[in-house]
Amino acid sequence: MALLETRGLTAFYGDFQALFGVDLTLAEGETVAVIGANGAGKTTLMRSIAGVIRQALGMVRFDGREIGAMAPDEIMALGIAMVPEGRKLFPSLSVEENLLMGAHRRKVAGPWRLETVYDLFPILKERRGQPGTALSGGQQQMVSIGRALMSNPRVLLCDEISLGLAPVVIRDIYAAFPRIRETGASIVVVEQDIGQALKVADRVHCMMEGRVTLSGRPEELSREAIHDAYFGAAA
Amino acid sequence: MIWVDTVLQGVLLGGLYALFALGLSLVFGIMRLVNLAHGDLIVFAAYLILMLVTLLGLGPFVAALIALPIMFGLGWALQRVVLNRVLGTDILPPLLVTFGLSVVLQNALLEGFSADSRRIPAGWLETASLPVGPISLGVMPLLTFLSAIGVTLALQFIFYRTSLGRAFRATSDDPVTASLMGVKPASVFAQATGIAMVVVTIAALYLGTRANFDPTTGPARLIYAFEAVIIGGLGSLWGTLAGGVIIGVAQTVGAQINPEWQILAGHVAFLAVLLVRPRGLFPRAFD
Amino acid sequence: MAAHYTVTTRTTASQIAAAAALVLLAVAVAVPFIASRSLIQDLFFILTMLTLAQFWNLLAGYGGLVSVGQQAFVGFGAYMLFGGAILWGVNPVAGLLLAGVAALVLAIPTAFFAFRLQGAYFAIGTWVVAEVVRLSVAQWKAVGGGTGTSLPRDARDAMWGAGWIEGAFDVRASEARDILTYWLALALAVATIGGIYWFLRTKRGLALAALRDNVGAARSVGVDSERMKWVVFLVAAFGTGIAGGLIFLQNGRISPDSAFSVIDWTAFVIFIVVIGGIGTIEGPILGVLVFFALQTLLADYGAWYLMVLGALGIAVMLFAPGGLWGLLSGRTGVQLFPIQRRLNRHD
Repeated sequence: MALLETRGLTAFYGDFQALFGVDLTLAEGETVAVIGANGAGKTTLMRSIAGVIRQALGMVRFDGREIGAMAPDEIMALGIAMVPEGRKLFPSLSVEENLLMGAHRRKVAGPWRLETVYDLFPILKERRGQPGTALSGGQQQMVSIGRALMSNPRVLLCDEISLGLAPVVIRDIYAAFPRIRETGASIVVVEQDIGQALKVADRVHCMMEGRVTLSGRPEELSREAIHDAYFGAAA
Repeated sequence: MIWVDTVLQGVLLGGLYALFALGLSLVFGIMRLVNLAHGDLIVFAAYLILMLVTLLGLGPFVAALIALPIMFGLGWALQRVVLNRVLGTDILPPLLVTFGLSVVLQNALLEGFSADSRRIPAGWLETASLPVGPISLGVMPLLTFLSAIGVTLALQFIFYRTSLGRAFRATSDDPVTASLMGVKPASVFAQATGIAMVVVTIAALYLGTRANFDPTTGPARLIYAFEAVIIGGLGSLWGTLAGGVIIGVAQTVGAQINPEWQILAGHVAFLAVLLVRPRGLFPRAFD
Repeated sequence: MAAHYTVTTRTTASQIAAAAALVLLAVAVAVPFIASRSLIQDLFFILTMLTLAQFWNLLAGYGGLVSVGQQAFVGFGAYMLFGGAILWGVNPVAGLLLAGVAALVLAIPTAFFAFRLQGAYFAIGTWVVAEVVRLSVAQWKAVGGGTGTSLPRDARDAMWGAGWIEGAFDVRASEARDILTYWLALALAVATIGGIYWFLRTKRGLALAALRDNVGAARSVGVDSERMKWVVFLVAAFGTGIAGGLIFLQNGRISPDSAFSVIDWTAFVIFIVVIGGIGTIEGPILGVLVFFALQTLLADYGAWYLMVLGALGIAVMLFAPGGLWGLLSGRTGVQLFPIQRRLNRHD
């Protein structure tokens, strides 16, 4: 049985429909990538699962429980942590305080605590006392990932973590993923950077205009199929 | 020597104004809410303490201690039931709702306690004073000022040293991301208003024991509190304390020159600071 | 066949309303010929409160400037009218203009200070200014200091038009003054509503509505928000000052506490606008009628009356932020003062 599953997920921003019946499954321990161009609905999908968008219809099931109508803080307490698009560090909090916020509600014993997060991203330990916003983009992204890990989540939702970062920085951040997977967390990675996504994912969903247009294992998908699903067949 | 005395009395009076202001500063800092009923809530708490003193025969400090959790609960409920509904990008609804609350509170007090002015009896403390060299300082004003420092320290501790304070600051920065961390903004705001009402109760204790009050006393306290917050810089607790002291000193110095100028001098000091430092003396780095 | 388009703001309801308004205006002008003195005084009260409410609505409902210090302009305008009559022998009717101009002049430094305060703090900033003006005026010994003063007898007798009314209606001088101030209040209210309606339909007025709905978007299409704020604030001060002068001219007596009363000139006005419906011209009209009805019904209950009023204001803000007019208009789609331009297609 899937750990996380959406079926027929539909979402609106006011009158604008952003998702049209999206089906997604995530098995225990699996990493799934959701790729697609800007505006394909990837972030909306993440925000709907996390409960930030309340105008979502359809089903979201986590560990056998319907969570579609829950508030974001309740969903988080169940063990779904989000690395939001744009990193979203709290500017009035130091790096360490930002990390501690991750475990504010969900205090579960597990592999992740301050020391192990510092172990994963040693630079953060050096900068623990600085305001989060004083860090470089890549370091901020590490804080944002570390913050989500602090709750020892069962599902980690990573929204556009490579956006706006230099390739070498992106490589450094993705280098941490195997260690995150080792701890047993299931991961959804939303990416525009197809190369990175294909490298870490067990399965890939490609989205366009609010719909999933292609799904499969990375090795099964041809470049042409991905290209068509990403930009539309006519392009 | 008269001027040293005047300034010292002003500093101590500033402690009272800081107590008025700290609750306002806290609530504004966390949820950008300006509570126009703040002054009336102080007066309400003063009546609550007065009732406990007269009905149960308690001392004012014990009565205030009992009033603290009651006021915390009222603040919590007020935020939960009313104010959380009107928070948002539009500043109009919270302003109008708290303005309405101010009018309701004033008139409820008027109905319950009449327009007569009252005072919380504090026994020998009312007149006790300490000689400091050639100057004599009242014990109550001294206690007020020490309480203001104590409240500032306590709020500072909550804000920067506890997980609740961390949640306050995170929610103030970005409520949506805070909710992704498992914070319930509605509940954080309710706790903040509860704490603000605890400060309000402490302010009410000193307001009521040091001078007469009546149901219409509130709005003027709101204005002093507001001036102290702005002078200090929005969201800065030590700044708020400094702002209270500036208003207090301006008032006693003004009164020394001409008794009719006391209140006016405080307002003029506020306008002068606004002219020179529109963001206050200790502005936050970002907003 | 090509379709033709025309742009209109008129609606059927607005045309009927316009016709009804003309009839109503004619009746209102003629009221002193038939009505009792107490009815005239009630109508004077309604009209002046309506004027204050329209200006506050312009400020807060359209301009986003939530002022709780409008009593500064009511009081200062009224005091200048009294001061002008007492010190310089200005005819009180002409003194109304003086009241407006004085309020306008006061609004310049007020805006200078208050606009430095963001959002909600602007509200209390205006209140501080009102307090400063009240305390300063209380030091002005020529107009009675803290206790206030009455309008001198010769100034009252000199009011333009009062003598004519006294003869034409065959009434006592005090009653003639009530009729005169009633007509002035009627003229002021009509000019205010007409003026605001006209303004909102101009390009600038539409820009103001855009500003209220979205500051960022309005700025991106070239609306200068800072300048609009100044214009609205100064205009509202001018009108509020005239209304203040008129209220105390009719009253005949003034004191700092009554002239700068935050309850009378700001709280009541806010409740009228909120209960009626903020951000519409119809709202304050409906609101002032509800307010007057409540006052008539509950005036004997003192503090309870104000509690009911405050609670009603809170309830409206929580459950029907558009006010009574918003509810009515939302149900029926009726607009008496349409502002939006609509595109009509003719085939």
